[in-house]
Amino acid sequence: MINEKFARFGTVHQTSWDGRAAGNFICGGAGAALLAIAVLTSWPTAPDWRLLVLALALIGAGLAFVWTEIGRPWRAFNVLFHPQTSWMTREAFVAGLIAVLVFATIATGMAATAYAAALAGLLFLYCQGRILRAAKGIPAWREPSIVRLIVSTGLVEGLALLILADLAIGAARPNMPAALLLLAVLRFGTWWRYRSRMLGSDAPRSTRTTLAVVHRALLAGTALPVLACGAAIAVPGAAAAGSAVAALSALGAGWYFKYLLITRAAQVQGYALGNKLRRGHPLAAQR
Amino acid sequence: MTRYVMVADLNRCVGCQTCTAACRHTNATPPGVQWRKVLDIEMGEYPNVDRLFMPVGCQHCSDPPCMEVCPSTATGQRKDGIVTIDYDICIGCSYCAVACPYQARYKVEEARFAYGDTPTENEAIRFDAGRIGVAQKCTFCADRVDAGLAMGLTPGVDPDATPACANACIANALTFGDLEDPNSKVSELLTENTWFRMHEELGTDPGFFYLWNEK
Repeated sequence: MINEKFARFGTVHQTSWDGRAAGNFICGGAGAALLAIAVLTSWPTAPDWRLLVLALALIGAGLAFVWTEIGRPWRAFNVLFHPQTSWMTREAFVAGLIAVLVFATIATGMAATAYAAALAGLLFLYCQGRILRAAKGIPAWREPSIVRLIVSTGLVEGLALLILADLAIGAARPNMPAALLLLAVLRFGTWWRYRSRMLGSDAPRSTRTTLAVVHRALLAGTALPVLACGAAIAVPGAAAAGSAVAALSALGAGWYFKYLLITRAAQVQGYALGNKLRRGHPLAAQR
Repeated sequence: MTRYVMVADLNRCVGCQTCTAACRHTNATPPGVQWRKVLDIEMGEYPNVDRLFMPVGCQHCSDPPCMEVCPSTATGQRKDGIVTIDYDICIGCSYCAVACPYQARYKVEEARFAYGDTPTENEAIRFDAGRIGVAQKCTFCADRVDAGLAMGLTPGVDPDATPACANACIANALTFGDLEDPNSKVSELLTENTWFRMHEELGTDPGFFYLWNEK
């Protein structure tokens, strides 16, 4: 029963994209941002090759997730046919470019190719945001502020992965926790904007419920890094542990957000009666 | 120029689903896939309630978001406005399905038939393995339209050149025709009645018009 005559109805959950699609946004976004941030923080030289391989592996894993989801996997290269308008095609091209540039950097050690790879990584992240924005059938994805949210979330994940990788190889850098804190706060700001826009729309109850869960997760994923980074900066002996906790909580919150965004928050547009009842031939004005 | 559109008269539709059945018979769509379906809508709060039936499906938008996002160019648009899918190119990524605001697209991963594993005679004749694993949707019976035109018939006037759903409608609620032709039946209906289009605010310029006399 529709209580408001022109309200949307039939807003069921989309079943076209599942956790595998979420895997592309999770792995691809984190890998692309790791690439960009690793290059930025190793300026003016090229970063450790292991970081480049990790970033490329994550992007590859994301694309592999998508490959398992498509109905005709052996036609996968047809994804490259429509760069004129499709952000999915553009993402695929950028992924190929990243692979070439990363291999070139590893082979030659040239910083210039690493810089180009970093720019391509940022572009990949932007493509992911635009892929969601172009999905007009899903109100939670087509919201314009999703692009900034996807980019900022990716950047937090990339930096968190860099911190964890640095800790793993015993090469922790002192300014990283502060940078993570800054990016986590920035991410929460973009989330706040997105959430406000969604709550101000006619989003169905199930989407609102999921957004509430995400809100708590991102709140925790911001507060914990703030506290842990604060401890890492204030107490020198707790630097490593604090950085690790901050990075893990920021990373987990971001990945959880993306998983829920793709799999749980995505209700379809549904149907509606048009609220602009008109009379006269639609082309009358053109004649 | 030609732009084929569908006009659905909500004042006439009785929700009999004959259009749905005709579509399924003509296109042999598997269970769960309805290129043309009719929604049964109840509105309002007791005692001020209303009920209407609303045929839906691909709206053959002139600015289709499914075509814009399609990474393989499988989704295309003919000069007559009909939005098509090339099953031989489609990779089955379902991006078009999430881009379509009308829930018009389906993807079927394996052959399914109405009564178990054995297809009915009609399903056996019309089964298309090329539709497995790729996107599918209403075609406005483009093959019927083309075959009819080749015989010199007029879509929307001659049944052999008209989509199966419009042919089958027992209440004359579905009318197909050329919007660009001022003398076509669809042009007459839209000129003489009040109408709306679904989700116009999304800028898709849908080719599906609903006649409705709001009470």
